[in-house]
Amino acid sequence: MPSAAPPSDRNLVGVHKEYVSNVSSTDYPGHYPGEDHSWDLGLFNERCRVQVQRLSQRSIEFDLVGVDASVANALRRVIIAEVPTVAIEQVYVWNNTSVIVDEVLSHRLGLVPLNVDPRLLEFRSTDPDVPDIPTDQNTMVFRLNVRCERNPAARRDETDPEVLYRNSNVLASHITWVPQVEQATTFAKLTPASTKPNIVLAKLRPGQEIELEMHATKNIGMEHAKWSPVATASYRLLPLIILKAPIPPHLCRKFAKCFAPGVVEVVKNSRTGQDEVKIVNPRKDTVSREVLRHEEFEGLVELKRQRDFFIFNIESEGPYSPEELLPEAITTIRNKIKVIRDAAQKLVVDMTIDT
Amino acid sequence: METEDWAQAGQYHGLGLNDPIPTVEDKWLLLPAFLKVKGLVKQHIDSFNHFVDVDLQKILKANNKITSDVDPRFWLKYTDIRVGSPDRTDKEAVDKSITPQECRLRDMTYSAPIYVTIQYTRGKQIVKKPNIVIGRIPIMLRSNKCILTGKNEAQLARMTECPLDPGGYFVVKGTEKVILVQEQLSKNRIIVETDATKGTVLASCTSSTQNGLKTKTYVATKKGKIYLRHNSIHEDVPIVIALKALGIQSDKEILLLTAGSTEAYKSAFSPNLEDAAKLGVYTQQQALEYIGTRVKVNRRLMGPKRPEWEEALEALATIVLAHVPVEKMYFRPKALYLATMTRRVLMAMDDEKLVDDRDYVGNKRLELAGQLLALLFEDLFKRFNTDLKGSIDKVLKKPSRTNEFDAYTTFKFQTDHITAGFVRAISTGNWSLKRFKMERAGVTHVLSRLSFISALGMMTRISSQFEKTRKVSGPRALQPSQWGMLCPSDTPEGEACGLVKNLALMTHITTDVEEEPIVRLAYMLGVEDICLATGAEIYAPSTFVVNVNGSIIGLTRFPTRFVANFRRLRRARRFSEFVSVYVNHHHRAVHIASDGGRICRPMIIVENEKPRVTSDHIIMLKKGEYVFDDFLRMGLVEYLDVNEENDALIALYESNIVPGTTHLEIEPFTILGAVAGLIPYPHHNQSPRNTYQCAMGKQAIGAIAYNQLNRIDTLLYLLVYPQQPMVKTKTIELIGYDKLPAGQNATVAVMSYSGYDIEDALILNKASLDRAYGRCQVLRKFSTLIRTYPNGTFDRLADAPVDEQGNTQKKYDIIQADGLAGVGERVDPGDVYINKQTPTNAADNSPTGQGAAPYRNTHMSYKSPIPGYIDKMMITGTEDALLIKALIRQTRRPELGDKFSSRHGQKGVCGLIVNQEDLPFNDQGIVPDTIMNPHGFPSRMTVGKMIELLAGKAGVLSGKLQYGTAFGGSKVEDMSRILIENGFSYSGKDMLTSGITGEPLEAYVYFGPIYYQKLKHMVMDKMHARARGPRATLTRQPTEGRSREGGLRLGEMERDCLIGYGATQLLLERLMISSDKFEVNACQKCGLMGYNGWCPYCKSSKNVAQLSIPYAAKLLFQELMAMNVIPRLILDDA
Repeated sequence: MPSAAPPSDRNLVGVHKEYVSNVSSTDYPGHYPGEDHSWDLGLFNERCRVQVQRLSQRSIEFDLVGVDASVANALRRVIIAEVPTVAIEQVYVWNNTSVIVDEVLSHRLGLVPLNVDPRLLEFRSTDPDVPDIPTDQNTMVFRLNVRCERNPAARRDETDPEVLYRNSNVLASHITWVPQVEQATTFAKLTPASTKPNIVLAKLRPGQEIELEMHATKNIGMEHAKWSPVATASYRLLPLIILKAPIPPHLCRKFAKCFAPGVVEVVKNSRTGQDEVKIVNPRKDTVSREVLRHEEFEGLVELKRQRDFFIFNIESEGPYSPEELLPEAITTIRNKIKVIRDAAQKLVVDMTIDT
Repeated sequence: METEDWAQAGQYHGLGLNDPIPTVEDKWLLLPAFLKVKGLVKQHIDSFNHFVDVDLQKILKANNKITSDVDPRFWLKYTDIRVGSPDRTDKEAVDKSITPQECRLRDMTYSAPIYVTIQYTRGKQIVKKPNIVIGRIPIMLRSNKCILTGKNEAQLARMTECPLDPGGYFVVKGTEKVILVQEQLSKNRIIVETDATKGTVLASCTSSTQNGLKTKTYVATKKGKIYLRHNSIHEDVPIVIALKALGIQSDKEILLLTAGSTEAYKSAFSPNLEDAAKLGVYTQQQALEYIGTRVKVNRRLMGPKRPEWEEALEALATIVLAHVPVEKMYFRPKALYLATMTRRVLMAMDDEKLVDDRDYVGNKRLELAGQLLALLFEDLFKRFNTDLKGSIDKVLKKPSRTNEFDAYTTFKFQTDHITAGFVRAISTGNWSLKRFKMERAGVTHVLSRLSFISALGMMTRISSQFEKTRKVSGPRALQPSQWGMLCPSDTPEGEACGLVKNLALMTHITTDVEEEPIVRLAYMLGVEDICLATGAEIYAPSTFVVNVNGSIIGLTRFPTRFVANFRRLRRARRFSEFVSVYVNHHHRAVHIASDGGRICRPMIIVENEKPRVTSDHIIMLKKGEYVFDDFLRMGLVEYLDVNEENDALIALYESNIVPGTTHLEIEPFTILGAVAGLIPYPHHNQSPRNTYQCAMGKQAIGAIAYNQLNRIDTLLYLLVYPQQPMVKTKTIELIGYDKLPAGQNATVAVMSYSGYDIEDALILNKASLDRAYGRCQVLRKFSTLIRTYPNGTFDRLADAPVDEQGNTQKKYDIIQADGLAGVGERVDPGDVYINKQTPTNAADNSPTGQGAAPYRNTHMSYKSPIPGYIDKMMITGTEDALLIKALIRQTRRPELGDKFSSRHGQKGVCGLIVNQEDLPFNDQGIVPDTIMNPHGFPSRMTVGKMIELLAGKAGVLSGKLQYGTAFGGSKVEDMSRILIENGFSYSGKDMLTSGITGEPLEAYVYFGPIYYQKLKHMVMDKMHARARGPRATLTRQPTEGRSREGGLRLGEMERDCLIGYGATQLLLERLMISSDKFEVNACQKCGLMGYNGWCPYCKSSKNVAQLSIPYAAKLLFQELMAMNVIPRLILDDA
């Protein structure tokens, strides 16, 4: 059943000078006469491929190939908005004499990413019938207790406030965890704190102090961006550069310059000794469409993007290491599917009972 | 080839250096140098300084002696006056120093004492007493008497004062008051106008003298003849008679002085001569008799009745053309002036092009705080002196006094009229000075502290005195002579459009410069005295009349040489740089002006096709070795006023210099004002858009001042995270908008999304809002006084009341033991934050009402539906009461319906808030903060906004701020190149992927940062609905307005629709049943209203029927009956 036509026609998005063509996938039943594109697990297994291209401490780039845009998009959306994390939700200010007011400080505290593994906590109740009571199962308690003082060791002519005063900057690392009940053992592996210790929360001057208690809860990014586990999660389609005709030798350098460095190289043709372009790594291209701007290249080149080749880029900011996020998103999606499946089954059962 | 072009341009601060010939690089640096010495509000401060330093002395000199009607030997003389530095008025204060901020917070007046030195007779002695306080005068901030002047940033910080605050306003009773610049027609100048419908010509001259006398003299045509017209003369006087009365008796001389030798003028003038002859007026005496019978005599109380010719002589000497001096009855100057006016009328009769333009900026004078205060002070001082004289007389009148009379004791007990007068005038804005026939309201305004820009914009504002309601377009139109002086963009829309103007960036307003030395100088430069010249000489083809401040002083035969010499002396700083000189070839006159209120601006002098400012000078300027004044001193730069500009050939750029060019503009973008200077690329926008932005920039929420958190203003809007714009302008840096910004750089996608973006609505990203995009704080002040009453009782602050069970009510939760809410506490709607109690007998001043009485609650409770937080509680003492100010803060996140605007007059409300995952994203995963509908562009033609996006995007990618300065700024070509270098499309359009479907969007989307302002109009303050609620007491109809929880009116037009449709029941329901339905008893017999089924008129209950009518109708009937009109209700079966 694999489609007979070459992928260049059906599987590519056209990138033109002023518009994008063929953005939607066509491999569904009934689109092409005489072809059956119904979903097939075997084919899917054969085509679907995930390959990690780059992995660093906080980000990952991987290819997701052979799935429909809706699947890739679902993963992206779930990573952004539905993978749960833990963030500070309630702030009890005992004392705050800094210039930054309570609401703003609280807001800043809320946005501090925490390294608390959300899998170890439960959601707080949103059901009006179930009272929302903070327990050690669903709430982490933190404290922030900072007071700024003069540094007696500072030189008289010192002007840098960080030398002149102690605690002139309140940092995320000043936040301390207060274990509740069994939490000391549950979270023994990694002391709960901010993943980014150097976030400046407030600035203080001698005599000013901040004293507050914070309750962190588990929730999802859809509720508030502070619960989003990523700075960004997105994908782009694999760019393709298709040469329709050879580029005139004197324009080769210009042609290469139209692309991001490392995409196109100018090589000497071993046979004629003339310059010739070679597409080395279209993946690196940023699709600036610069080449389409120049009249000289009209008709010589076509830009395309492969519709089922998603280059994912995820920057993790929360407790998850970047490689964990995709499986975590899949887990979330499976849970969602389960809800629907259960509900659908229930519906079927109910209907059978009715009839 | 392309790369070469790119490499050269845009090197220094967005300065386009594409001029082919070598230029004086960075001559715009003169602008910051100018602003450093002059500042944006320098005109206010200069004017005030001039008043304090010069005018006060003059006023004192004019009114310096008090004598007694009782004792002729007594006199009192003022010898000196000076203003001290602002101090505290509290008597027991140890530290007398005071800061403006303290005055703002404590509702005091920032004022300084006025000291005088007096000399007077005590018996036979002459006593001298220095430094006597006669009153206090409010001090303009940053004037030379203000303590903030010359302080550095650290010192200002210690006084909790913002270094970026421009000053130029007063703090009176805690409020900041500005005296706006007033625009007026210039004084002592002849203005010739024609009346097209009547075909008459009118020359008018408003005379204004040193002692404040103001009269208006006209020379007008009537039926082809010329007359002198004046308010103090009943009837128009034929011009020949007027001239004869002024001592020019020969007809020949009259003809020569008016018409000269021009044949056309002669023939036009001859009927006038005949006219005089017909009336039998030949001599001066006859002319004076003629006028004398027509003069309005203001009867003096005493003195004998004078002959009529004397009245005429006096009127002509003192009231007609009062500004032309008449010394020892020498009328020649005045006669010549009148003759000149007549000649101007003749010229205009002959050639209608020779009329003057009222709207020409050179014919306008700007009146500033100093002048208004001088008038006010003179009035108050004169009253002070008459009061003083009165009380001195009263003492001296007593026949026997125990001890010798000392005027100083009387002096000490004068009531403080001067202080009170200043405070009253500035705080109410009513300048009613009977002495000067002045009755002006709304002179002062509260300084708008909505945003930094609104405060600054207010300081540069000019309001037009007259013509507010007239339907003429002339005064509202943009005048070509406004170029460089007044901002062409910054004017309000609607009623005051074109009448309220703003100063351009480099404008300066002159103050008075002494006239006599200038006149002497003119004579020294070869000007011949006008009084020695005959008509033939005056109007000889080669002679030019020389005028100083409108009065004719002499003749010169070499005007060009004279003017050149005069200018050379000015450039050598032999006299003030603000004295202007120019040649008017139409009138063949040289005009020298040294009066105050002229608008002028500096320009680079060009000599021999070379600007005198060279790169070397600029290098010295950069090093800080030269300041702006050095450029003036060396004659490199000079000030030109509007009239002198007409005499100059000014090159816009160095490349435009041609032979004959006299000046070079310092920077073209200075034609815009401070507010219009915020707009990036304004020269690419349709001009009304810039005007709209000027109005909106003042409503943007942002940072207000460095001391914003120490201020307690009635209403304060602050942005939580303000950002400086990615695309700046040089003006932004100069006025400090980058330090006190009002907006944020939003990533904008120009595309359609969801349909909730029609009609300029914006789509906002919810995640951006979560991350505090557009988040603002609203701080509101609530204040109260804890008073002590005349009967000895006083208000008190009380602890929260406790009921029997020992519980306090919820609304008192945040009240602490001192009766005030704690700082930082949340205030819920209805909560009490100042628990004040007032004695029940506070107003009772009878002897029985004295003593302790029960207290009633007069607490202040929080009214807003949204909880706030106590930001500050201030307790301070005023003279007689305790002042408590509570500042309550709300933090607001943008919501549906909040108003936003870019810097291009493109406002819109938030139409939809979308989750981040639903929004489109580009290859980098960047999601827009805002989506703007592209339909906003074609009709608005705000190309500047598109370039701002491009420049902003390039700036973000290259990590630099870009410039969008008017007539310059970063070039689109350079911006595109940066985009390409960073892997983006040159056009700024990105390929986006839909966040909903996950597929690429079929169109490329213009995508990048644009500076967005959040405007103060927020739905939270506006939304309003009502089902039922309060009613007005009188009519029982629903109240009006949101603040009174009023109903939504079904107005006349809506009513008309319902009538037209025939929806009677709906009408009845809307207009009566849901409004003020009232059941009345009406008597079917007499038609009057009764009650309880009883007709008091018929004394019967037989025919009484009940019916429903609107209460307002019932009220009307009763009111009519009160006026003896009987409305009878004639009832029918329904």
